[in-house]
Parts: sequence; C-alpha cells; structure tokens
Amino acid sequence: MNFEFSDEQNLLREQAQRFLVEQSPLSAVRAVLDDPDTPFDADVWRGLVELGWTGVSIPEQYGGVGLGYLELCVLAEELGRSLAATPYASSVYLATEALLQFGSEAQKESWLPRLAAGEVVGTLALAEGRGRPRPETLQCRYAQGSLSGDKLPVPDGEVADLAIVVAVDGPGVSMYLTELTGAGVSRSAIPGIDPTRSQAQVSFSGAAAELLGKDGSGMTQLETLFNRAAVLYAFEQSGGAQAALEMARKYAMGRYAFGRSIASFQAIKHKLADMYIASTLAHSNCYYAAWALSTDAPELPLAAATARVSAIRAFHECSKENIQTHGGMGFTWEFDCQMYYRRAKALSVNLGSPASWEDRLVTALENDAALEA
Amino acid sequence: MNFDDTPQEAEFRAEARAFLSANATLKADASPRDETEAEYIIRAKAWQKLKADNSWACINYPKEFGGRGATPMETIIWGQEEANYDVPVQPFAIGLGMCGPVMMMYASEEHKQARMPRMVEGVDIWCQLFSEPGAGSDLANLRTRCERDGDDWIINGQKIWTSGAHYCDWGILVTRSDPTVPKHKGLTFFFLDMKSPGIEIRPIRQISGDANFNEVYFSDVRIPDSQRLGEVGDGWKVSLTTLMNERLAVGTAAGADVPHLLDLARRMDIDGEPAINNPAVREKLARWHCERAGLRNTRYRVMSALSQGKTPGPENSITKVVSAAKLQDVSCFGIDLMDMGGVMLGRDGQELLDGKLFHGSFLGAPGMRIAGGTDEILRNIIAERVLGLPQDVRVDKGIPFNEVEQGSG
Repeated sequence: MNFEFSDEQNLLREQAQRFLVEQSPLSAVRAVLDDPDTPFDADVWRGLVELGWTGVSIPEQYGGVGLGYLELCVLAEELGRSLAATPYASSVYLATEALLQFGSEAQKESWLPRLAAGEVVGTLALAEGRGRPRPETLQCRYAQGSLSGDKLPVPDGEVADLAIVVAVDGPGVSMYLTELTGAGVSRSAIPGIDPTRSQAQVSFSGAAAELLGKDGSGMTQLETLFNRAAVLYAFEQSGGAQAALEMARKYAMGRYAFGRSIASFQAIKHKLADMYIASTLAHSNCYYAAWALSTDAPELPLAAATARVSAIRAFHECSKENIQTHGGMGFTWEFDCQMYYRRAKALSVNLGSPASWEDRLVTALENDAALEA
Repeated sequence: MNFDDTPQEAEFRAEARAFLSANATLKADASPRDETEAEYIIRAKAWQKLKADNSWACINYPKEFGGRGATPMETIIWGQEEANYDVPVQPFAIGLGMCGPVMMMYASEEHKQARMPRMVEGVDIWCQLFSEPGAGSDLANLRTRCERDGDDWIINGQKIWTSGAHYCDWGILVTRSDPTVPKHKGLTFFFLDMKSPGIEIRPIRQISGDANFNEVYFSDVRIPDSQRLGEVGDGWKVSLTTLMNERLAVGTAAGADVPHLLDLARRMDIDGEPAINNPAVREKLARWHCERAGLRNTRYRVMSALSQGKTPGPENSITKVVSAAKLQDVSCFGIDLMDMGGVMLGRDGQELLDGKLFHGSFLGAPGMRIAGGTDEILRNIIAERVLGLPQDVRVDKGIPFNEVEQGSG
C-alpha cells in the first residue's frame, strides 16, 4: 500500500514552497488586496509559468511538462497555503482541464501550448448572477457561431484571454470556446469578497465562439469538469486551512494574558485541536481524491465531493477561528487574518455552493452500491 | 499511489485468510447467536487456544512469548482479516494489548514463564485496575494504598471502570505507596490474582442497561513483593507503557453510522417523500460521510507509512474524538428521522433492528466519548503533543499528594 506522495513529488513541493515563500509572501498578497486596480500578482504568475507549473497537467506533445495530477495536487496545496494572488485555478483547473477533457485535436493544438507557456490565461464562464446555474435559468445563448448574453461573476474574467462559456443552444446546453480579447466582448471588474481572486462581468454581443466537446452535452461535461476541478480546489483549501491553523498556533504561543501564554488555556487549546481535526479530515480526504483523480477511478465523484465538502468546512473553520484566536487585532485590516477568511469564502462558492456539493456527495453515495458497512 | 499489498504483505494476507477460512465462519454467513456471557467466554477461550496452537494468538509479540514478531503492518492485516470473521476476541483485548506488554517488560523471568503462556493461550483473562472514583482523567490522583508488610504488600482502596473484572483471572494494578511525595512520584505497580482474598467485584450498570464494567474493592488484599512491576515509586512510568497502548486500542466507536442512516433515510418519509430527498437530511449525511471517510483515509495514511517502514504521523489521534461524537449525532438523528415512532424500540423485523441499532448507539455513545480518554483529554493531547502547545497550569505540581485539595466529588 502506498498512500503517500512520492519522493519526487515531495521535492516538487519543497521547490514550490521555496518559490512561494520568497516570491509570494503575505505582503505580496496584501499588495493585491490593497490596490483595487491590480487583479493579480504578475511577478508571481510569470515566475510560476517559468517553473512550468501552467503545463504540469498538459502532455509534452502540446507543449506541457507532462507530469500528472498528483503533481498538480501538490502545487494546488502549496498555492493555497501561500494565498498566492494568481489566475492559476481558473486557467489550469478549469480552462486547461476542459480543453484536455473535451477539446478536439485542433483545439488542443491551438490552445494548450499557449496555456502551458502562460501566454494565454483561461477561465470558465458559467454563473449569471446569483443562484445555482441550471439549464432552465441560463440566458447566455449561442447561435450561428456567436455568443450573446452576460456572464457574472467570471473568475479572473478581466485578465483571461480565453473562456469556456456554458451557453444555451436551442434545447440544449453546450460548452463553447471563445477569445475574450476579440470583437463582441466587453468586460469589467466587479468587486468581490476576495480581491486577491478577481471577478468580472463578461458581456457577449455576437462574440465568435466554437463548440467545445459534444453539442448538447454542456451539463454532463460540466459535471466531469467540476469533479476534477473540485479535487484541486480542495487541495488549495486544505493548504489554506493548514496555514490559518499555523498562524493561530504561532500567535497563541506568543500572546500572553493573565500572566501566561494564551495557548495554555484549554479554551484556546480545544479550539486549535478542533481546527486540527477539521484540517486533518480534509487533508486525508484530499489524499483519497488525489488518488481517484490520478487513476481515473470510478470513485472520483464521491471522492471529489467528499474532499470538497470537508475542505470547505476546514478552511472556513480554521480561517474564522484564526481571527478569534487573535482577539481584537484579528479583525483589523492591518492583520493578515482577513486574507484567509476572504479566500476561504471565495473558494467555498467559486465552484458551486457547499450545499450543491453536499447534494452531489449524497447522490454519489446513493450510487455507490459498494458502500462498505 | 495505490492500495495494493506488497508481495510480502499479499503472501501474509493469504496465509491469514487460509487459517481463518479453515477455522471460522465469515460474519456475512454467520447466524445471530443467543448466548450467555459465560458461554461467550468459553467460545472466546477456545478460539484463542486455536489461534495460539497455530501461532496467530498475538502475532506482534516476540517468538519466545508465542508471537511471531510480526511487523505493525502484518498486525493490521491480521486484524483486518480476522474482523471479517464471526469470532469472539473482545475478552482478550486488554490482556494482550495492555497487560502482556507491561508483563514482558517488567515481570521476573519466573513470572513471565508462569503467566505469559496462559495469557496467550486464553487460559487466563486479564484486566486493568487503574481508574478510581477520584482518579479518571487525572489518573495519578489515585488513592488506593499499598503498604509493605514483610514480603507482601497490603492493598486497600477502590478501583472503578474495570472491564470484565468479574470473569478475569489476573489483573495489573497501580497503587499509592507514598502519599507524602508529589502524586506522580508515590505510585507502585503490581500484577495480582483476581481471586485473592479481600477482593470484591460489583458490576456497574450503564445507561444502555449493559454492565461491561465493574467496581473493584480491595480490603487488606495481599500481593507478594515478587509481583511488583518496576521499582517502588516508579508506578507512573510503568502505567504510561500501558496507557500508550490503550489509546491505540480504543480506536473507532462502532455502531450506527452513515450507511445505516442512508438506508434508514431511504425507508422513512418526510411529507410523502423519501427522507433521503430532503435537503436537511442530505446536508447531515454529507457532513457525517466526510468525517467517516476522513477517518478511513487518515487510517490509510497511517497504514501506508507502516507499510513502508516509516513512523506514522500524529494524524490518528483524531480517531476516537471524531468517531464517538459522530456516533452520538448519527444515532440521535436516526431516532429523529423516525419521528414520533422514534421513541419506541420497535415491535419486530426491520423496525426492531432499527430500534436496537439507533437506540443502542444513542445510549452507548455518551460512554464512548469518555472511555479511553474523554473528548476533553484527547483535545488536550492533540493540542500538546501534536500542535506543541504548553500544558495547562497544574496547581498540584510539586506538592505532596496528602497536601493537595481533593474536593468532594
């Protein structure tokens, strides 16, 4: 039995940690938070492109590094831990993954090398305002080669060059590829709960687009894409949860009240123990999901939803209790606690709400005939 | 990543399975038993003897004590395989898991030769006499006295929460030999014959109605000095050997779990719809599945480390605190799902099976949150040993035991 990352994967983790500690410390994330005109950290993005991270899941024939999903999980966890302000999730977990899963040979040849080289940033445009997107509620339409309608929020929509757009086409829903830099596309940044993960409104009026995958299979493809992306999001969340716990731990050790370290009070110890429990459950569920993702196991839908739901909970728990552990200073703008709290919330709804994933989880459980007693 | 056995592990598993399938019935094929506790003990002793005759009785022990010096991974594999069979192992868990290791480490050669084979072969059942009415989480606060009298020690006091004391033959015991020094320094450890004169055993009836534990009273009970384990005053050090084993032994709280709740939610209805379709029900099922899967996957990480000859991380320390609370919440919610009918145990068939499972788990769960380390103690352990947080202030530190405030509890 081997339920661990390999030595090579752990070397990659060390390399990632070194890069992120040096290039994306919390002060760099804060710089993005403080400046409404900066959607992401361009230096960090360039650096990780140079390291080949944007091509980790892309085969060498399409200009990628051709590593694999376990390596991508390692990077996601470290990116989550650092809170790095980049469009990596949108471009790699969503757009690149959609092309890899559903793209035609020509589409892969056209886009994957540029995504791998970081020349192009991709994203997924699904939501149309508040509420859970359903085929009946989607307004964005595709007809005769072009798209029309509004998408919001689109993660990294302001900076992306390429979008996978989920749109209605007659009776069905399909995925379309469209360039956001072309004619018929207007976009504007919209304020979000986590300014280090920018959001935009993208409006299409006759923007040229082409089908991605099968006509009418948009919702099924979305299901596949979400099951894969959920694992990577969960690793980011798990990394963030661990970092928030560590921040709380360090602060509690050094903060004195009533003549002793507050970390010696059971009220604080039990709080931190609960954060550790939530974070460990999520981390272990991420491992299993990484195995399912990397082996295309039939367990993936259940494993992905389990990792996602527990990682949402862990990051929320750790980020809110980190603020609480810090006391008054915890809720100031000046302290870094807010960045975990904001990121946890953004990631918890970015890929569909916690309730939608709980629902998926139970559906997968119902389908899992082999559920051991 | 993969979940496959190594070739050596696969070979070992096949060997274990061959023995089990030749000598026991799979749980799945077994019919329910209706037997007294005495009948159960006889069956358990027979199974232990059969295992001992075939070197499966305590595989992690050294060969000289009837084991096969198995690796931790082989021990896990044997446990997994044996758990699939309808065999009685519970009476020996404490003896082999906690008493055996302390005997092997501290008993004289003569005593080891006399006691260990009988323990391993299931002739003798052992218990652990640690907790007292005033010494639970703070075990070192114990008051049972031992006083030297020639070659013997005389024991007076009371122990509590002793599993199986009424059918046990031998026990390990920690006592206070010197109340004039701070609590951890004045303890002395023994093993003793549970049939010694002056021992009185009274069962404790739990909320569930079962009586798995006992109070054990000592009135001038004599123990030869040769049955002392460790030096006089070193009893705490000896106790820690067994407590470390206890935390590993308690493990997951068994009972009503997500599959049972899922099954129940398919059969119950809420306003004419299967309960499983209700979003509130689904939210809860999802949350508990995350805990259940999280514990299983944490166990996989520990097993993976063992399989590769590494030391596992501290992750497993979350197991009991998560599973006991889940047992309580799941069983509570299962009864709620039955609505007004949830109050009754059930008449027959599925209704009665559901009642037994959910009522039984609900009434048993409070004990699971306390036995083998309370939720609170386990959180302290995570905080101190895993996260490295400082100990709480101890007002009795360095103070002679007989000068420490004892309260009335």
